[in-house]
Parts: sequence; structure tokens; C-alpha cells
Amino acid sequence: MEVPILKQGEVLIATFQAALSDADLNQLRSGLVRQVVKLRSRAVIVDVTAMDVMDSFASRTLREIAHMIRLRGAETVIVGIQPEVAFAMVQLGLTLEGVATALDLEEGLAYLTQKFKNID
Amino acid sequence: MAAAPEIQVAIYSDQDIVLARQRGRTLAMELGFSAGDATLIATAISELARNIVTYARRGAIRLRSIHGSSRKGILVVASDNGPGIPDIRQAMRDGFSTSGSLGLGLPGVRRLMDEFEITSQPGQGTTVAVKKWKP
Repeated sequence: MEVPILKQGEVLIATFQAALSDADLNQLRSGLVRQVVKLRSRAVIVDVTAMDVMDSFASRTLREIAHMIRLRGAETVIVGIQPEVAFAMVQLGLTLEGVATALDLEEGLAYLTQKFKNID
Repeated sequence: MAAAPEIQVAIYSDQDIVLARQRGRTLAMELGFSAGDATLIATAISELARNIVTYARRGAIRLRSIHGSSRKGILVVASDNGPGIPDIRQAMRDGFSTSGSLGLGLPGVRRLMDEFEITSQPGQGTTVAVKKWKP
């Protein structure tokens, strides 16, 4: 299942629809980086609200996405990690260190707006 | 009491990891686990199935309900005929590092579940059996 990537101004938004396989996650990673380059985006929001499980592979891929996007000079925000998913991640010892997170899409956009304002 | 039917998911690819954890979540919810506990169980299944795909290429995840003296729970057995784990003690040590390498993730799986048993023979394969009891 491919993750659709929407463009909203200078921000790209990728919304996870359901349980994603490793192949889907890898595809998302290359797709996002390609789009950030092509569209000269300043930020990426990855909305994981619908994600049922965040295991070691998924969290590593999200971390990689954020780091690759940062090397392009853009920002990544992960939004919508569900409370039970967050609890399972902590038990597993998974962290998203160095990656910005926000409660939901709205908060994620607000965070980026603030950030851009400070830079401009 | 008749033995509970067992669900078996053959693990060959990353798609099977998703299928196994979805089956596990469904069974956990049927057994009356909370959504939070069902997520912990599904996450543990995801990690165990991932180890099968990564290290043994193929194997199986078996799921069934279990009955203790006064409680109910779920049993998850991940088995493969892969290369086995030469040093289980080392594999059970938390291998988390800043580089993000997670080793086998087995210590994490043990924390997600209530009971954890591993048997492994180099060259023969690995079996991990984990249980979670309903509070």
C-alpha cells in the first residue's frame, strides 16, 4: 500500500493509511526525499495516527527519513503517535531522538509556522 | 475443556509480519485484552516475526488462548529452522545504542510480555514462546 504524499505550500504531508509493510516504508522514504528535492519543500509532516504498531523497523525508518530530510536543509515532524503505540515504543526501548514530534497535524503545522517565522 | 484452536501464520516476507501482528491483535481483542495491551502484543509479534524474516528467512508464528488457574491469556510462539542463536545470554542483553542498532530486540519483547522463553540450537533453529496474561 503506497503512502500518498500531499503538498501544502512549502510543506509535504505523508499520511499513513493503515498497517504498512517494510517495503511500503522504504518506498515512503525514497518517495519523500525525492519530492522534497523536486518541490524544494522546507518541511515534511509524517502523520502516523492510523499506524497500529511502531516496531523497531518502522521507528528506524522514520528516524532515517528525518535525518535525510535534514541533510536537504528541511525539517521533519512526526505527528499522531497514539498513546498505546507510544507506550509500546518505550517498552521496546525505541526512541525518535532528534526528531520533532507533535500531537496531531494541526499542532505539527503550528510548530512549523512558528519555526519558519523565526528563520525568515 | 477442549483445547483452544491455534492460529498459524507462515512467515516468509515483510507482508507476513503485518498479517501476523494483525491476527495477534484480533485474537487479543477477542480474548478481552485492552486496546493498549493488544498493541503491546501486536508489537511483540512484529519484532519476533521480523527476526524470523531477517535471520532465518522463513518460519511461523502460532497464536492461541491459554488458561491459567484463575486467569486467561495469550500465547505467541515464533519458530524457525534458521541458523540459531549461538549466545542467548548476549542476545538477551539490551543492545540499544545511539547508532540505532537494536540487535534482536529480544529484551524489548520480554518487557512487552509477561513470560518469555527461548530455546535455540545453532544450525537447528530458534523458538521463542511468550505469554501475556489478562490483568
